[in-house]
Amino acid sequence: MDLNYTPDEEAFRGDVRRFIDAELPDDIRGKMRLGRRFVKDDLLRWQRILHRHGWGAVMWPKRFGGTGWSVVQQHIFEEERADAGAPPQLAFSLRMVAPVLMTFGNSAQQEYFLPRILSGEDWWCQGYSEPGSGSDLASLRTSALRQGDHYLVNGQKTWNTLGQYADWIFCLVRTATDGRAQQGISFLLIDMKSPGITVRPIITLDGEHEINEIWFDNVPVPVQNLVGDENKGWTYAKFLLGHERTNNAGIGMCKRALKKLKEIAADQVASGRPLIEDLRFRDRVAQVELDLMALEITNLRVLSASATAGREMGPEVSVLKIKGSEIIQRIAELTMHAMGHAALPYLHEAMELDWVADPLLGEHYPAYAPPLTGQYFNLRKTTIYAGSTEIQKNIISKLILGL
Amino acid sequence: MDFSYTEEQLALKDTLQRFVARDYGFEHRRALSGSPLGYSADAWRRYAELGLLALPFPEAFGGLGGGGIDVMVVMEIVGQGLLLEPYLSTVVLCGGLIRDAASEAMKSALLPAIAAGRVRIALAAYEAAGRYDLAHVACHAEPHAGGWHLSGRKTVVLDAPSADYLLVSARTGGNVAEAQGISLFLVPRDAARLTLSAYPTQSGGRAADVELREVQVGTDSVIGMPGQALGIIERAVDVGAAALCAEALGIVAALNDATLNYLKTRKQFGVPIGNFQALQHRMADMFIAAEQLRSMAIIAAVHADSRDAAERRRVISGAKAYVGQAARFVGQKAVQLHGAMGVVDALIVSHYFKRLTMIDMSFGDADFHLARFSDMMR
Repeated sequence: MDLNYTPDEEAFRGDVRRFIDAELPDDIRGKMRLGRRFVKDDLLRWQRILHRHGWGAVMWPKRFGGTGWSVVQQHIFEEERADAGAPPQLAFSLRMVAPVLMTFGNSAQQEYFLPRILSGEDWWCQGYSEPGSGSDLASLRTSALRQGDHYLVNGQKTWNTLGQYADWIFCLVRTATDGRAQQGISFLLIDMKSPGITVRPIITLDGEHEINEIWFDNVPVPVQNLVGDENKGWTYAKFLLGHERTNNAGIGMCKRALKKLKEIAADQVASGRPLIEDLRFRDRVAQVELDLMALEITNLRVLSASATAGREMGPEVSVLKIKGSEIIQRIAELTMHAMGHAALPYLHEAMELDWVADPLLGEHYPAYAPPLTGQYFNLRKTTIYAGSTEIQKNIISKLILGL
Repeated sequence: MDFSYTEEQLALKDTLQRFVARDYGFEHRRALSGSPLGYSADAWRRYAELGLLALPFPEAFGGLGGGGIDVMVVMEIVGQGLLLEPYLSTVVLCGGLIRDAASEAMKSALLPAIAAGRVRIALAAYEAAGRYDLAHVACHAEPHAGGWHLSGRKTVVLDAPSADYLLVSARTGGNVAEAQGISLFLVPRDAARLTLSAYPTQSGGRAADVELREVQVGTDSVIGMPGQALGIIERAVDVGAAALCAEALGIVAALNDATLNYLKTRKQFGVPIGNFQALQHRMADMFIAAEQLRSMAIIAAVHADSRDAAERRRVISGAKAYVGQAARFVGQKAVQLHGAMGVVDALIVSHYFKRLTMIDMSFGDADFHLARFSDMMR
């Protein structure tokens, strides 16, 4: 038992830090620092920079062009990335569809899609939830009917994240209606340029366009875009969700958010002194810091155990997902509370990097203020997406506790 | 980074678990708790044979040179088995204090004797008016004929009734609650004019309030620099708090096992009550709390060995606060999920709960430690 990093790991951290420091474009760093709105090009530019350095996929094995890093190295990279204000990489591409293709896809699919993910050529989005199928995902009804060398896809997906940017969507579709609901599901890769696809924005409570509903009207999909076997898609879908949740602890992101909260609370003034010296407020910060300290070790314990045993993550990732999502919500809530009245203005235009505050807003409306309330509202999603907290508890009850 | 136990640690854990399963059943423990001694002298001899009592001492003094994680392994099983022997007092707190601060002569005299199971020592550091503040010392030591006269009162001295010696903090300078001027003395428990008012604790152990009226000790009874003892006492209590985190971990794991088993076997409305989602989610919350508690106990154990006093204190206080809260959560929910069976003395559940509660109340509760962690925020 040793919580210290080895000299090699410390040297590695230095390499990561120096690389990000030298290569992260200033405008992207500025957007992260001030919580401004990202566009597609920001994320893809960063992906291309990482890729040129051979770090396009820090969580992939080497044979697919990944770094082959250890769990601890990945943790260090994530921590440094977040701390430096570099954007996260696109999870739907790198952490979700890619592991499915590596494990269940055929070599043609691997050879075509994986390099394009690495290089930032393709942007992937997810077609899982439907209006009638949220937590009960297996009840999904979007259908794929085999017609010669094509499937014809019809139906509606929803809560699709950033599909307005996407080149491809991985979809769960129904290919059989007899038997158990889970048994008639297939995993299809669909070109977003296909005829018959309509993307409609859903505006979330923070006023942003992050999610969409997607309609499929007789969309033709070549049969070679089926992953694995027909009607086995539920297995692949669960595998993917496990990978998605692995990253849900978001330790690096939480640590950065906590650091920022402390900076803001030191900058904000309450009753003539820094807010962080208000014991009632500071104790709440201390409380969430403790939860995060514990989760960092829990996260590493879980990842190390599966790496040592050479197996996929088990249901224990649900613990990481539940705690990580709660912690980032609590930090966001405290950060909003740190702002006092400055939490109230809703300035949609302030989400752009070149926004200049109206002088009338005065000195008590600092540049870091505009996105904080929206972030609090936005992050309510974290305990809902990727399997709600309640679904995670069902998983723990059933698969770990045997209830 | 490495999250595994060594071969030796795994073997130790295995041996202790078998000992608990075979020789320390719940009814046996109940009898021990009610016996005049309050624990098992046989078990104490067994610990000596297994090397537990030598674990954190240097090899030069007959010890095994173990660190915070080794102590964690033992304390986890102390928790799991609700063991009553004065391991924390004698080996972790007082043994650690003597190891870190006593003269070579005192180390040579006491550490091998502790390791052999011949000597038990209790820490008399808290006073009733000082709550959890170790610097609140009204007990005083006056120079007297080549030694000292100690006078004052110490409160809730854990394991004092069975101890051969007490380590007593007393003022040789400064005013009450001042950090400077505190000295630490080794005092035979049967010294003249030292009176014990002994009682059982809520979790089945033993403790005493101690009164000293001009108790005479020699100059060689002083541990560490006279007037400078607060730092070494605080260090020992930090390490003790880390050990309590590990004990809580062992209890929480055992309590969760017991509760899960109850959910699977107890039937109401014609089905095991574990079929109900409200109870499943509560049990899932308890599982999550146990995982987080384990991580914090590891963090505390690793920092118990830290040479950076401020960082050790900050992190262990954070851990003790967190563990206190998690232990309270799991303890209360376990009682609740057992229904009326949770509130009877006949089942081990209530005993786990009481020990978890007393762990929180010992050496500073969750509020005390959260405040300290918060005060030291970086």
